[in-house]
Amino acid sequence: MSPKTQERLLYLASPIGLLLLWQLLLMAGIGDRRFVPAPSDIALRYWQMLASGELIYHSAVTLYRVFAGFFIGIVPAIAAGLLMAMFRPVRIFFDPLIATLFPIPKIALMPLLLLAFGFGDASKVALVVIAVFFPVVVNTYVGAANIEKIYWDVARNFGASQAVIFRRIVFFGALPMIFAGLRIALAVSFIVLVAAEFVATKAGIGYLIWNSWELLQVDVMFVGIVTVGILGLIATVILQEIERLVIPWKSE
Amino acid sequence: MPAQRRGAAIEIASLRREYASGQGSVVALDNVDLRVAPGEFVCIVGPSGCGKSTLLRILAGLDRQSSGHIRVNAEGWAVENAMVFQDSGLFPWMSVEKNVRFGLDTRGVPASEADPRVDAALKLVGLSKFRRHYPHQLSGGMRQRTAIARAFVTDPAMLLMDEPFAALDAQNRVILQAELVRLWEQTGKTVIYVTHSIEEALLLGDRTVVMTAQPGRIKQIIDVPFPHPRDLMQLSASAVFGALKLDIWRVLEAEVMRARAEVEG
Repeated sequence: MSPKTQERLLYLASPIGLLLLWQLLLMAGIGDRRFVPAPSDIALRYWQMLASGELIYHSAVTLYRVFAGFFIGIVPAIAAGLLMAMFRPVRIFFDPLIATLFPIPKIALMPLLLLAFGFGDASKVALVVIAVFFPVVVNTYVGAANIEKIYWDVARNFGASQAVIFRRIVFFGALPMIFAGLRIALAVSFIVLVAAEFVATKAGIGYLIWNSWELLQVDVMFVGIVTVGILGLIATVILQEIERLVIPWKSE
Repeated sequence: MPAQRRGAAIEIASLRREYASGQGSVVALDNVDLRVAPGEFVCIVGPSGCGKSTLLRILAGLDRQSSGHIRVNAEGWAVENAMVFQDSGLFPWMSVEKNVRFGLDTRGVPASEADPRVDAALKLVGLSKFRRHYPHQLSGGMRQRTAIARAFVTDPAMLLMDEPFAALDAQNRVILQAELVRLWEQTGKTVIYVTHSIEEALLLGDRTVVMTAQPGRIKQIIDVPFPHPRDLMQLSASAVFGALKLDIWRVLEAEVMRARAEVEG
């Protein structure tokens, strides 16, 4: 066995071991299967819900809200971050706002957003927009502000206008950090959205989790939790692939 | 490019550059007077911190003098200067071709004119086959060649070079020095070349300007008597070359020692 295969096996050992232990303990009669379903129970329920289309429906609703909010949120965040790095007054203007609003748990804004946008998708999308904005704006700003001085020198020496510096130097120079921000933002959007779906909605994975808890369908609840993890994983892998295509100069 | 066209004429008079620093100010350049003839290749040597890079940055428009003035006569040239930096300064996110093209894009040169110029510049430095590569895929020597092509493609009246080959290994340095001299002989541009190597200054330039340690002043200007075209390897092995190198080292040595003594307090 090559060292690489060994590493891969080791990589899988902890989650598989944990699931195995969980299954065996319940099969041995330790723990109440009505409250703590075994992995096999969850897998079975998962399959049933997938086959009935119920899981697909809730997943689609959640994904729609995540991606709508994600894309609406990152565009102004990237623009604001770049402008902050380029223009001191913009930075001075935005800095206190970000410092104040970033630490507020975004889920705390949910009642406010329900007032403003109602009980439909709009309030959930708005929450994701707000949650996504902060990590992306901060990462973009840091990435753009730390572009090596020599690139500015070259650009100025070659007579580049502010617009050219913005489009061809600052944006691309900040791109690796922007993607680091997007990864955080993606995780954050799932976190806030699932929490938001606990209330005031009749669809989405968050609703599925909360509703099954109220009905004491613990296995369904676990299916919801597992689904959030799987959706997050797939979205992150897709984002990493996009990053690889968009940043071909980042070889490592 | 017509060989009879000569590069920019430069006139530097009583140039001074002070930086505010902590409690007082540091004088980087003081009382620098220098005239450079069109098409001349001038090398500037001096100990670290003698302000030679500052002088170059002022010429490049990246820094401003505190007093004194610079007059550059680049009539008949669309672009006054282009700088080649020590660590190439290639944009990592642009291919070789896009890097070379950058100075044409910023000046709004239309594609019909830019394309052949980029092709010619890449050919000039032997990188036509690497046009789609990114800088991280190139060796240090190829990166510097790209940087030189990026400067040449804009057809500047003067070329400002800040220790462009200092980070290269010895073999690559010799090859690129020879290429640079060839390009200069063909194009007649004015070149200001900053280096800490006396040997390099003598090999490449028409004149060598020796600068003092902080504050940077011109200590001596030496005419380099070797005619062009030069065979750099042969030249560097000759006795006259060695003698001149030693002469300049004697001038420079005192400054290097003085700079060291100041650092050590």
